[in-house]
Amino acid sequence: MPLKRRLVQAGRHVAIILFGLLMLYPVLWLILSSFKPNHLIFTNSSLIPTSFTLDHFVNGWKGLQGVSFGRFFGNSALISVMSVLGNVISCSLAAYAFSRLKFKFKGLWFSIMLVTIMLPYHVTLVPQYILYNELHWINTYFPLILPKWLAQDSFFILLMVQFIRGIPRELDESATIDGCGQSQIFFRIVMPLLVPALITTAIFTFIWSWDDFFSQMIYLSKIDLFTVQLGIRSLFDPSGQSDWGALLAMSTLSLLPVTIIFLVFQRYFLEGIATTGLK
Amino acid sequence: MRKLSKPLYGQQNMTAYLFLLPWLIGLFCLTLGPMVASLYLSLTKFNLLTSPTWTGLSNYVQIFTEDDTFRRSLGLTFYYVFLSVPLRLAFALLVAMALNKGIRGLGLYRTVYYIPSLLGGSVAIAIVWRQIFEGSGLVNQFLSWFGITGPAWIAHPDYVVYTIVTLSVWQFGSAMVIFLAGLKQIPADLYEASDVDGAGKVRQFFGITLPMLSPVIFFNLIMSMINSFQAFTPAYVIGDGRGGPLDATMFYTLYLYLKGFSFFDMGYASALAWIMLVIIGVFTAIVFLTSKFWVFYGDNQEGR
Repeated sequence: MPLKRRLVQAGRHVAIILFGLLMLYPVLWLILSSFKPNHLIFTNSSLIPTSFTLDHFVNGWKGLQGVSFGRFFGNSALISVMSVLGNVISCSLAAYAFSRLKFKFKGLWFSIMLVTIMLPYHVTLVPQYILYNELHWINTYFPLILPKWLAQDSFFILLMVQFIRGIPRELDESATIDGCGQSQIFFRIVMPLLVPALITTAIFTFIWSWDDFFSQMIYLSKIDLFTVQLGIRSLFDPSGQSDWGALLAMSTLSLLPVTIIFLVFQRYFLEGIATTGLK
Repeated sequence: MRKLSKPLYGQQNMTAYLFLLPWLIGLFCLTLGPMVASLYLSLTKFNLLTSPTWTGLSNYVQIFTEDDTFRRSLGLTFYYVFLSVPLRLAFALLVAMALNKGIRGLGLYRTVYYIPSLLGGSVAIAIVWRQIFEGSGLVNQFLSWFGITGPAWIAHPDYVVYTIVTLSVWQFGSAMVIFLAGLKQIPADLYEASDVDGAGKVRQFFGITLPMLSPVIFFNLIMSMINSFQAFTPAYVIGDGRGGPLDATMFYTLYLYLKGFSFFDMGYASALAWIMLVIIGVFTAIVFLTSKFWVFYGDNQEGR
């Protein structure tokens, strides 16, 4: 019996590992191909490069029309970091009000907030574009960052509301008795305890901003404002004239920040998904 | 407590609205206002250069009676949603159940299976996908080992949608993580008791696992559906941004984007957006309304 059980266990592991490798194959192919010389990328189907080169990274980094990929990475980083700050600050403020304060029309505002979570982006797309156009904000980063500072990713408000509800109210009450005002309670008591939810919000906001393609494409057309996603899309020529080495090398680099953040914050990340159903 | 909170109410009102201020400004300027504006624009012709001219329902009439691309893109999007969402959830559940067997190294496996969901939304992966499914790409090389000559997946209008479906199914990791959390909530004694009663694995799956997971399935289904209706990047990259070949990658969102931002027919794009809102709303409502027949919450069950 124990032998049979062990075999079943081993078989299960083998199946899970094989399936896992199959899942990872496209990503591995991308990474390893970026080290192969151009003539081997599509002809050599083995994953491991038989000869090894870093040329693609050097060439790819030169970027497009004299603008280097360093610039694109900087731009993406700026947008992502500003979005993270915006979401963390504005969503936590709103969440505190919804979960701890009493005010008129609270129920109404809360239901509106819930409904906006499900609203497809496209319903507000055209008027928002017109608004930003009127403000001469096309080809600036405001259209990409401002919505975060105005807490329009309501999902994160809900996430934090749920989290704050789990913080014992006695803490606030004793702080009130000690003479703390609402803003002091927020900054000194709720904020420090809210850190796991803030981290979850920060990670997701970073990854979504980094990977966002649609709004970046709509609002940015000047090459020196380009983000990593736009840069890669421009390196890619569907008619087959792409410099594949450079394209794959820059694609590999583009996945790095997201992967690093994931690996560092894995615990928060996977728990965040499991408990809140994000993404 | 009553006495303490009553006099605070007026003051709290003020404080609360201060805390809510950023969100409220955004709500009016970036969400509610634009929604009203987009409803209005959907009743006009507007090209961004001259001011909108009122045309009543003509955009909607044109969409429903003359616009073949609308019909095709909507059909394609439905096809995509109905194919990819159940497949993705089925994979997610299957793998979650395999990983839930008290296997060693769960953390590592969970990470590996999550990686596609993490990276899958990027342009880089969409390009890789396109390359893998190219006529001479890896998928066909693999098939040729078995003597199968695969079609030119990307160039063929009948097959290209399946490459986008596989890309979406491949990203089952996030649904899987949610299922894993749900599976952990199911009390082990339920299974033990049914073992004693002599129930087989299949019986247990349909009798215990599925009903106990139904709230999580419900949640995953809603989220997956809403997201899939809005899929854009893979269709844009794989179909070269024009919906080719022969409109076979003309997803609804891509069509809306082209109408609004390539042809600058902003009124028409707004009408398309409102139709999309209604469709997503209807589907979400259907899932919500039918949920009482198939979603079981532990605490309700006791009352029955």
